[in-house]
Amino acid sequence: MRHLMAALTASLFAAPAFAALPQDGGIDFQPAATRIAERVHEFHTVLLWIITLITALVMVLLFWVMVRYGKRANKTAHKFSHNTTVEVIWTVVPALILVGIASLSFPNLYYQNVTPNLGEIAATSKQLLAEGKTGQHLAYTKNYFPDAAEKGFVNVKAQGNQWNWTYTYPDILDDTGAPIEFVSNGIHKGRPGDKANFEASTGRTDFDSLPVNYAVDYPMVVPAGRYVRYYTAAADVVHSFAVPAFAIKTDAVPGRLNEGWFLVEEPGVYYGQCSELCGIDHAYMPIEVRVVPQAQFDQWAELMKTGDFEAAVASVLTIASTDAETQLASNN
Amino acid sequence: MPMDEIALDHGHDAHDHKPGFFTRWLFSTNHKDIGTLYLVFALVAGIVGYSLSGLIRWELAEPGIGPLLWIQTNIFGLEGDAAITAAKHFYNVVISYHGLIMIFFMVMPALIGGFGNWFVPLMIGAPDMAFPRMNNISFWLTVVAFILASISMTVPGGPGGNGFGGGWTLYPPLSSAAGHPGQAMDLLILSLHTAGIASILGAINFIVTILNMRAPGMTMHKMPLFAWSILITAVLLLLALPVLAGALTMLLTDRNFGSQFFIPNGGGDPVMFQHLFWFFGHPEVYIMILPAFGIISHIVSTFSRKPIFGYLGMAYAMVSIGVIGFVVWAHHMYTVGMNVDLKAYFVAATMVIAVPTGIKIFSWIATMWGGSIDFKLPMLWAIGFIFLFTVGGVTGVVLANAGIDHSLHDTYYVVAHFHYVLSLGAVFGLFAGWYYWFEKMFGVKYNSVLGGLHFWLMFIGSNVLFFPQHFLGMQGMPRRYIDYNDGFATWHYVSSIGYAITLVATLIFFFSLAEAAIRRRKATSGNPWGEGATTLEWTLPSPPPFHQYNELPVVSGKGGH
Repeated sequence: MRHLMAALTASLFAAPAFAALPQDGGIDFQPAATRIAERVHEFHTVLLWIITLITALVMVLLFWVMVRYGKRANKTAHKFSHNTTVEVIWTVVPALILVGIASLSFPNLYYQNVTPNLGEIAATSKQLLAEGKTGQHLAYTKNYFPDAAEKGFVNVKAQGNQWNWTYTYPDILDDTGAPIEFVSNGIHKGRPGDKANFEASTGRTDFDSLPVNYAVDYPMVVPAGRYVRYYTAAADVVHSFAVPAFAIKTDAVPGRLNEGWFLVEEPGVYYGQCSELCGIDHAYMPIEVRVVPQAQFDQWAELMKTGDFEAAVASVLTIASTDAETQLASNN
Repeated sequence: MPMDEIALDHGHDAHDHKPGFFTRWLFSTNHKDIGTLYLVFALVAGIVGYSLSGLIRWELAEPGIGPLLWIQTNIFGLEGDAAITAAKHFYNVVISYHGLIMIFFMVMPALIGGFGNWFVPLMIGAPDMAFPRMNNISFWLTVVAFILASISMTVPGGPGGNGFGGGWTLYPPLSSAAGHPGQAMDLLILSLHTAGIASILGAINFIVTILNMRAPGMTMHKMPLFAWSILITAVLLLLALPVLAGALTMLLTDRNFGSQFFIPNGGGDPVMFQHLFWFFGHPEVYIMILPAFGIISHIVSTFSRKPIFGYLGMAYAMVSIGVIGFVVWAHHMYTVGMNVDLKAYFVAATMVIAVPTGIKIFSWIATMWGGSIDFKLPMLWAIGFIFLFTVGGVTGVVLANAGIDHSLHDTYYVVAHFHYVLSLGAVFGLFAGWYYWFEKMFGVKYNSVLGGLHFWLMFIGSNVLFFPQHFLGMQGMPRRYIDYNDGFATWHYVSSIGYAITLVATLIFFFSLAEAAIRRRKATSGNPWGEGATTLEWTLPSPPPFHQYNELPVVSGKGGH
């Protein structure tokens, strides 16, 4: 069984991280782009085995009693209605299985839900190296990213509106001291005139290659190999910020500021969709995250500061291959 | 004549004297007639709710906006962008009312109002419910609630058109004046208030009846499991519905009288509504499934010709499901931004429910073990229920883990999960009960060939319909989307084919009702199922007399369950 599980797990992660879109006929998660998602998928694979075996057990038992105790096979029914031993077994064994599941579930939950303390990560990493514990250090860097931790967080706020997202980078200020901020609208496809409108308003020519209901005019851009701390807020009704490949989903609630984090090592385009019913165009406020190398991100940010959104988007339409910095960050 | 003789005489005359049509059906105080009314009502509401789901599956069969746009263009005469906007709003209306109608006006009236009214008094040896007139009010208030909900669909709702399009969960601010300024939401609140009052009155009636009117000798621990299930359901209703009523009232005053309970600008909190809603909403899902548990227990025992295995364990498993059901509500809200420790608590509490649920599944199998099983139609539905409920249950364990739920929350995985436990659980329990008691209630036999076709097509169809939705959810398909990327096309198409199969099954079901009504194959005895059917309703003729148990049955040492 261990081999089977390993094979299943391997096939899960073999696909390239770039394909952050649903695959027609696919039956599994989208490929993981973050360590959070990898851990979720690993845990889910274990759970899938457990629930499949339990369902199979129930099925086998049902078939057995149907075959063995049909009225032709067994003319007279027994009359027993108690058996303390089996009753204790089928109470205690499931309880133990659940304890096992919980022991996997909690570390997973705390890992993704607690925004990491970057100073502590950098310090722990240094200490492990100083003590010469390279094995432990390697294991540590699988879940935590000391190089990225040294650089601190990239902060982004995603505000849900009916029906688009407003992204704000509170730490990236333009000359007037205002943070860069822009509205990200989904690109409509399918109606007559959609293509002409798109080309006229954006000057772009890649309309046909954009994925339906996923592409936006001004995507959220974050650097690869950096800790990203995102906040969600909402202007009108409840929305939900979700990117399946990152395994994140955080509601955007009016009057609240919710928080989450992710770190993507592989540059690429990742898509998500609003995941809380928010009215008429709920299906048409997608999330597009372009993860680019740090240098390209810096260039994008400079262009955004000047207010030239078109040039900024053009600068991230083609994602540069990993530069020196992201190679440094890819520590696993 | 001395007084007591007159009284006796009167009682004898009244034995099978049925009142005239209007008095009998409009002013009914007879639990069996009210049960029948509930069942007919649930059938009507079920047709509406099922048709709405047909619109959903028709629309989602292919990517893009198709059939609903066609409806807006050709039936409502809209054009261009106005038609598209109307179609999108209409989709949200359809999914919202599908959920509300199926829950409040189909499953609850059928399982609790219908079978509960019919068989709780018969099973516990009572002549009627404790408060017959209140029973009548409960039913007619449910009808009023349904009418209000139906009207609500046709009056101005949100910016896109008529009806409320914010989902059955009614989350503000989308359901506040800002999101849906029209009267549709106000009417819907009124409808749910009315349905809530009806259910609370019904719950009081069941609790009082079950606690006070059991036949001599029938102690609580000898009471049939269906009566147990209705008792627990009634207690859940009594505790959960007032919380919903409170939340709805706050929403109503927010919308109309300037209060700010859920409006952040005024210091309110939309998440508070979600807590209140799910404090009702989670017990509600057990309210829908517990009566089905009760029905399945009787059917499995009857057709295995064996007493229920682990009767006390079964009863207290339901009790514990009911109790734990009240402390797990926020697992519906893992993504709202709760504290991580709180999430951890809800993960643990939610998974605990798997233990009593497992006890029930294994006890049903143990009841069959060593039996002499007769695979009559109700037993097929019951076995189908056990298998499908297991599938729905194990995906519940997956979803209970907040870490995974962050990926699956509000995706089709959740849709598949709750339809496996409700559409394939509660509804299979409902049909199992329907065929189990059909002859008892109506005094005529159903056609078992048609019934068999109904079962097999329904079993295959609903699996084809809902199983691929797990895959859609894994791939990230969000709920409540009128349109989707091509990457979801195949499984959506398969799912819609599954709906078409259940549609054939449903047409066969209605055909079988007509067939039974026309052929009128009279029941030949009070108990068609033989020695395995041990509960009291089988001691009466089919259909039972208008007033039963003029002389109360006495339950001896071993009887009861």
